[in-house]
Amino acid sequence: MSTVRSAAASPRPLACDHCGLDVPATLVDAASERQFCCTGCRTAYAILHEHGLGQYYAFGEKRDTPVRPTGKRYEEFDHEAFRSLYVKPLRGGLCEVELYLEGVHCSSCVWLVERVPLLLTGVVRADLDIRRARAHVEWDPVVVSLSAIAQQLDVLGYAPHPFRGVAAETMRRKEDRAMLMRIGIAGALAANIMLLALALYSGWFTGMDIEWERYFRLVSLLLTIPALFGPGWLFFRGALASLRTRRLHIDLPIAVALLAGFSRGAVNTITGTGPIYFDAVSILVFLLLSGRFLQNRGQRAAADAAELLGSLAPNAARVIDESGERELPVEALLPGMVMTVRAGETFAADGDVTAGRSATDCSLLTGETRPEGVDIGSPVYAGTVNLTGPLMVKVTRSGEMSRLGALLRRMEESTRRRAPVVQLANAIAGWFVAVVLVLAVVAYVYGLRHDPAHALDNAIALLVVTCPCALGLATPLAITVAIGRAAKAGILIKGGDAIEALNRPGLILLDKTGTVTEGRVRLVRWEGAEQVKPLVAALERGSNHPIAIAVQQAWPVIGTLDAANVRQTAGGGIEGDVGGVHVIVGSPVFVARRIGAQDQAPDVRIEAYAEEGLTPVWIAVNGSVVARAGFGDPVRSDARVSIDRLRALGWRVALLSGDHPAVVRGTAQLLGIDLADATGGASPEDKLRRVEEARARGTVLMVGDGVNDAAAIAAATVGVGVHGGAEASMSAADVYLARPGLAPLVELVEGSRRTMLVIRNNILFSIAYNVLGATLALLGLLDPLIAAVLMPISSLSVVLTSWRGRTFDAAVAPRGAALALSSIPVAEAAR
Amino acid sequence: MTVLYIILPLALLIVFIAVAAFVWAARKGQFDDLETPAMRALHDEVGDQKGPPKP
Repeated sequence: MSTVRSAAASPRPLACDHCGLDVPATLVDAASERQFCCTGCRTAYAILHEHGLGQYYAFGEKRDTPVRPTGKRYEEFDHEAFRSLYVKPLRGGLCEVELYLEGVHCSSCVWLVERVPLLLTGVVRADLDIRRARAHVEWDPVVVSLSAIAQQLDVLGYAPHPFRGVAAETMRRKEDRAMLMRIGIAGALAANIMLLALALYSGWFTGMDIEWERYFRLVSLLLTIPALFGPGWLFFRGALASLRTRRLHIDLPIAVALLAGFSRGAVNTITGTGPIYFDAVSILVFLLLSGRFLQNRGQRAAADAAELLGSLAPNAARVIDESGERELPVEALLPGMVMTVRAGETFAADGDVTAGRSATDCSLLTGETRPEGVDIGSPVYAGTVNLTGPLMVKVTRSGEMSRLGALLRRMEESTRRRAPVVQLANAIAGWFVAVVLVLAVVAYVYGLRHDPAHALDNAIALLVVTCPCALGLATPLAITVAIGRAAKAGILIKGGDAIEALNRPGLILLDKTGTVTEGRVRLVRWEGAEQVKPLVAALERGSNHPIAIAVQQAWPVIGTLDAANVRQTAGGGIEGDVGGVHVIVGSPVFVARRIGAQDQAPDVRIEAYAEEGLTPVWIAVNGSVVARAGFGDPVRSDARVSIDRLRALGWRVALLSGDHPAVVRGTAQLLGIDLADATGGASPEDKLRRVEEARARGTVLMVGDGVNDAAAIAAATVGVGVHGGAEASMSAADVYLARPGLAPLVELVEGSRRTMLVIRNNILFSIAYNVLGATLALLGLLDPLIAAVLMPISSLSVVLTSWRGRTFDAAVAPRGAALALSSIPVAEAAR
Repeated sequence: MTVLYIILPLALLIVFIAVAAFVWAARKGQFDDLETPAMRALHDEVGDQKGPPKP
């Protein structure tokens, strides 16, 4: 975004003064000192300058997307139904609300979002949490309405949505805080107990008055009690639950070891003989809590899926009744009501069209990028976009009952149904626990017979030295380190289970649009005379159809002709008079019908286009076809290489797309994928079914970018969301790739393999260590004190190997990956 | 050496205060969002209109 002003001299386009993007030639205002790429940017710039917030431009971190205000009035934000759901009253007549903002991504956004609402009198506070893209707003409803605040944010390009998951979020936040407090307390206590232990150990070698020794031991005991029964209570709770459900859990031996060590230490403190284990016990509590915290944190994010998507669905609909037209929040929408939906708007509920003709973009639901024509009586679905003309829609199902709502519910279910993380360490830990407990009892009983004086000491030494600390710490630590490195390389892994699952090669299902392709319709082929181009450009200039947009992008500055009598036919094409000739642009069938040539033999070229994955568009001038254009979604340059590499690693690669089967087959051919593995025309429900079927046979890696993939992504063993995708797919995904292309996917798979290797080595080491320790303890060669010293050493070595292990290579991350990371929850402005 | 009878409890008192401060901070949500405040710090300079956050 460092395009400088001097660029005016060169043929390079001017940069927008607000967002830094190129200013289209048609919008350049030669008389003005300031240039803007769109009215949104112009308005935002004006507001900032008017209020002395020009400092924003000094931050150097400009938006990389133009400001696109939705222009909504947000009347529904003031409605009673909205208020009762999302607004919380505060003391003193104030209200607070959590808003999810689209498009926040950098520190400049933080600055704007926290200041601009305050310009309105009555707004008391605005705080933004950039990672979660959520703003917390407090205001006085008597002075200012929430809709005014929402409009203010919208003008700056941060379209607000009510955050619909406050309750779950509050609970999670409470859990996180509780865990953090436990760790803090346990750490502080353990550190001080260690200090005392240090004094005791040195006193042991240099001699120490019995008085001081007793004093120190007593203080250690007093410090251990809160550590064990405060923060450490978590393990006792886990152990009790494990007993109740009769399932061996790693908490059980931990609890037994903690309790045994503590009891023996307490008795020894009172009698004044033998070792106390307080240092080992307290540091164990601290280390295990830390390990657990690291492990839980990442898995947390996966739970947010449906909440976020729910927050993104439209909030309001314009309903028509006896009293005229008014905006209603979706919550107040009932079946039977009639709503009007303008071109470019998103349907708020499922319904049937009662008046009007238009085309809809159903890509949110189906992934199909081609618009679908709708007429009176056609069903339309919540979440899809009305493209060309205004429609009247009679609501049939809304909210949770809509097709989108049902899809979300299924997504939520499959997220929840997912088996709790069965990690390698946990699987081993079960057996480990049983063996250690049995051995301890055997050692004790055997000791009672032969050496009663040391029986209990030996058993405790066994429990302490074999404490699954290394096991419990090794896996979460190695995974946390790997996740941290991966994040630096632009790969966001939410949970350790993904890393583990990626080690068992299975089936990779790739969504086509946006994943292996660039996700944008482009003009790929042109067969015809140059003179025809300006005619087509003139005709398509006023339309927002994907094909028209592709034409506008392909020839931004071509000709100055104007089109008259333009008529669009949904699902067909566009026609009009340009420069004295009649031009028809559209699908071959449409063009043939319009020029009255349907009895001719079908054009063989249509087939050829379809085989290459292109959408054919024919151009007729004055009744005869003069040019042909192919529109398609180009395959990403790194797709072929990446797919070959994944195959070499043992994965089977398949395409699963909602696009037209012919297009999907064409892409598969380009990528060298077996045609049997290229499925097209799949609805979100089909995708989900396909994933569920494949899961029965092994690991399924689902890679996608759309809301239509979200359910499948959530259901897959490992779901991957790709750069630029919809928010829903990102939050449903276990892994999010913050860099475009498929190369990061290869890195993900390879890095996971290396991480698992580190973990296996760790586990192997701690098992070897434990076997050795247990043998020594059983033979009575191990003093509990020495066991307590050896225990942290084993943990330390595991920590070191986890840290050193080469897992993900951060060096390959391009510049900007870090920035992309800060914008994870915010996709490129959702439609 | 009897000074230990005073110093040790005193040291523990300091630890207690530190832990209490930490617990207070965690309760107040000071550790909930570790990213935004870092960005905010860069901005609070010239011509700032945003006062200290009111609780």
